[in-house]
Amino acid sequence: MLEHDVLVIGAGLAGMRAAIAASANGANTAIISKVHPVRSHSNAAQGGINAALLDRGDDWEDHAYDTIKGSDFLGDQDAIEIMCRSAGRALIDMEHMGVTFNRDDEGKLGTRAFGGQRRARTFFVGDFTGQALLHVMFEQLIKSQVRSYEEWFVTSLIIEDGQVGGVTALEIRTGQLHAIRAKTIILATGGCGRIFEPSTNALIVTGDGMALAYNAGAGLMDMEMVQYHPTTLAGSGVLLSEAARGEGAYLRDKNGNRFMERYAPNMMELASRDVVSRAEQTEINAGNGVNGCVFLDCTHLGEALIMEKLSQIREIGIDLAGVDMIKEPVPIRPGMHYIMGGIKTDIDGLTSIPGVYAAGECANVSVHGGNRLGANSLLDTIVFGERSGNHAADACRGINFLDFNEGEVVAREERRIADLLERPDNGDRWGAIRQAMGESMVHNVAVFRDEQTISEAIRDFSDLRERYNTVPVENKRRTFNTDLVFALELGYMLDVADTIAFSALERRESRGANARTDFPERDDENWLKHIVARKGEVGPELSYLPVTITKWTPEERKY
Amino acid sequence: MDVTIKIRRYDPEAEQPGSYWESFDVSVADNATVLDALIKIREEMDGTLSLRCSCRSAICGSCAMRINGHAGLACKTALALAIGEDNSVTIEPAGVMKVIKDLVVDFELFWDKIRAVDPYLQPAGAEPEGEYIASNESMLHLSAVTACIMCGACVSDCTVLEVDPTFLGPAALAKAYRFTADPRDGNREGVSRERLRNLSEATGMWDCTRCNECVQACPKGVAPMDRIMGLREQALQAGFTNNNGARHTGAFTESVGNSGRLDELRLPIKSVGGVTNVAAMISYAPVGWRALTHGKMPPIRHHNVENVENVRRLFRKLEPELAGTQIGRNSPFG
Repeated sequence: MLEHDVLVIGAGLAGMRAAIAASANGANTAIISKVHPVRSHSNAAQGGINAALLDRGDDWEDHAYDTIKGSDFLGDQDAIEIMCRSAGRALIDMEHMGVTFNRDDEGKLGTRAFGGQRRARTFFVGDFTGQALLHVMFEQLIKSQVRSYEEWFVTSLIIEDGQVGGVTALEIRTGQLHAIRAKTIILATGGCGRIFEPSTNALIVTGDGMALAYNAGAGLMDMEMVQYHPTTLAGSGVLLSEAARGEGAYLRDKNGNRFMERYAPNMMELASRDVVSRAEQTEINAGNGVNGCVFLDCTHLGEALIMEKLSQIREIGIDLAGVDMIKEPVPIRPGMHYIMGGIKTDIDGLTSIPGVYAAGECANVSVHGGNRLGANSLLDTIVFGERSGNHAADACRGINFLDFNEGEVVAREERRIADLLERPDNGDRWGAIRQAMGESMVHNVAVFRDEQTISEAIRDFSDLRERYNTVPVENKRRTFNTDLVFALELGYMLDVADTIAFSALERRESRGANARTDFPERDDENWLKHIVARKGEVGPELSYLPVTITKWTPEERKY
Repeated sequence: MDVTIKIRRYDPEAEQPGSYWESFDVSVADNATVLDALIKIREEMDGTLSLRCSCRSAICGSCAMRINGHAGLACKTALALAIGEDNSVTIEPAGVMKVIKDLVVDFELFWDKIRAVDPYLQPAGAEPEGEYIASNESMLHLSAVTACIMCGACVSDCTVLEVDPTFLGPAALAKAYRFTADPRDGNREGVSRERLRNLSEATGMWDCTRCNECVQACPKGVAPMDRIMGLREQALQAGFTNNNGARHTGAFTESVGNSGRLDELRLPIKSVGGVTNVAAMISYAPVGWRALTHGKMPPIRHHNVENVENVRRLFRKLEPELAGTQIGRNSPFG
């Protein structure tokens, strides 16, 4: 049987960083991903990575405070301290690995301003920082000689008597099912954006790891905290980086007014993302937009700056909306972008299931709380990817592999897939169900939400699950059967969708990204706590966990 | 917008596997991309269609395929611009790589070549405590190359790889250039001597025929061929001239610079190091025989062009300007 001490699921930045760390820490490590590592969605991070570099007078505590305030005081401050303290080293490590960061006049790493921060501490490679980091991390993965199972889709975690034993996985190219034995597993499968339609997220972002953990009994925490990014392109919903505003772009309504002065007089366009998205949505709802959009105006930045620092998003505007940002404002609107919630972990990445770790967007170590600051996500993946890799490798020492029956486990999964393939072809296609789920989510669990809309979404999901139970798989072959993979992914998404809606309904206050019009105020007395969703008999069961506060007392949040 | 998408399909599990064309009539928004149409087909019309795609914004590199015969990203190609007068577009899998199913090709060849260039930074000496100090210009220059998303469009349309799968190819060579041009890689002067030595070998930088297809195909402006020319320049400057490619370039320049035209008889001989290279001479024999019997043998005596002094003056004039570059030492036409 295939056998590794540490098996990392997902090969984005967090996953590859974890695998490299675990391997360096002496563990026989492998990484498994449903796509080739460089196709991972970390690619799509555009603007940069935050770090407080002490040698230029920045202070990690200042970064920590901005992050905590950005989180609307829901982030766990012990985890945030670790992230911000480690950021400088993590950044320099990436530079040493070969990332081609933009420089300042002295040849040192250059910075740009980013939302929700009082100081420019965002380091960047043009407007494709995520891609630059991901490809360098892949170079390091090649160097590390970690075994990589590419285009393998994990169908279940093997857990017996509370001990993790490995995974079952579908080799997409051949359609063959395998069991892989592992002492510890690190989930690094990214977010769940495709539950929403539209979303900035890639088509592969389907919440697989969250659902695997949830179905194995782990808790998903803060799932109501879904980030709507302020600048997504009209029509396709593709992301236009916050870097545009970091470099000085304005937001304007249909009359050309910079409306942010009424919402965030100090930070203006660079207030935190939840604040800017709410402002835009308020203006659009009040009829101050055009076709459901307001405008991102870069025309005053000049061609030279745009070509050096924003060239890729300019191309996106031209390719997908026919608008050249050098010449005219681009129509944009808030769009689903990121989930702050995820699999609850401790500061070492350990979930509530012994031997199962999680890192990156699928995890919630709680550094983002109610709202993530731009450029903190890349940092999160690298810092906590490395930590979980190290700890998962340590945890392997002195323990044995779980002795499970390989044939039985594989046969169980074979049967499940055979059942799917043998279904009659008369049910709704997975595409239609996903579309309906996505639209309900964006409509009902939106920038603004209330009890009625969220309840509507919950009812929709219940109906959709019924329809999912008869979803046919049209492709009956084994070779590269994406039809089958999508059907399995849709099951994952429906599981996660429930946890988002139930958590949003539960939090009867407005904090961070959970803006409840029926409870418009933040309520620290009752709701300064995390909501954790665990799988119950019928849908998610909710419980609470306290927020860890070290030295920053919650206060009113103004930008 | 109503369009016809003609897709070259392949099912290895069919009773008689073979590629075939299938047409789909789809109705999409006017600003739809080719990928939008393919996704619509997959989701609403035919679930058996296999293709790779993910980000929809030209950053993940999954959806390279041949659109109307040329490689490109489906997500970056506007359908309205791709359709012909009959409102149709043809879609085929990427070239050079083996087809697995429909539009999905086997990238193993691609990644083997990337791995072959040791694709990670190899600095000499200890790392500094902080970041390496480097000019913004040097990083911007590299970023134009690291913007490569490894989609394989250049490999698909590479005319050398089509006939010689041992060639490292445009993507891997551009990746190699990303290190040789990095001031942090190689020795203290930033010269990656070992890389340049290896890349000067057969199957490396000198096997490119400069057909420019990779530059046309690249959706990210990486211009792989220009990077290969950059490698040649670096290799010559580093003194790696004892190989067919470098000799070919030198002989080409010498011939044109002296006589105003190419000495087609002596160029191949000089490229392999002269008549003393017996093995190469023997390998030329069949070609020579065919040329002779078909009346294509270049003249034994090489003549100067009329007014050859004008050409020589041009070369002399260009020399100081281009000193130290590949063009200065050798020919731009190699």
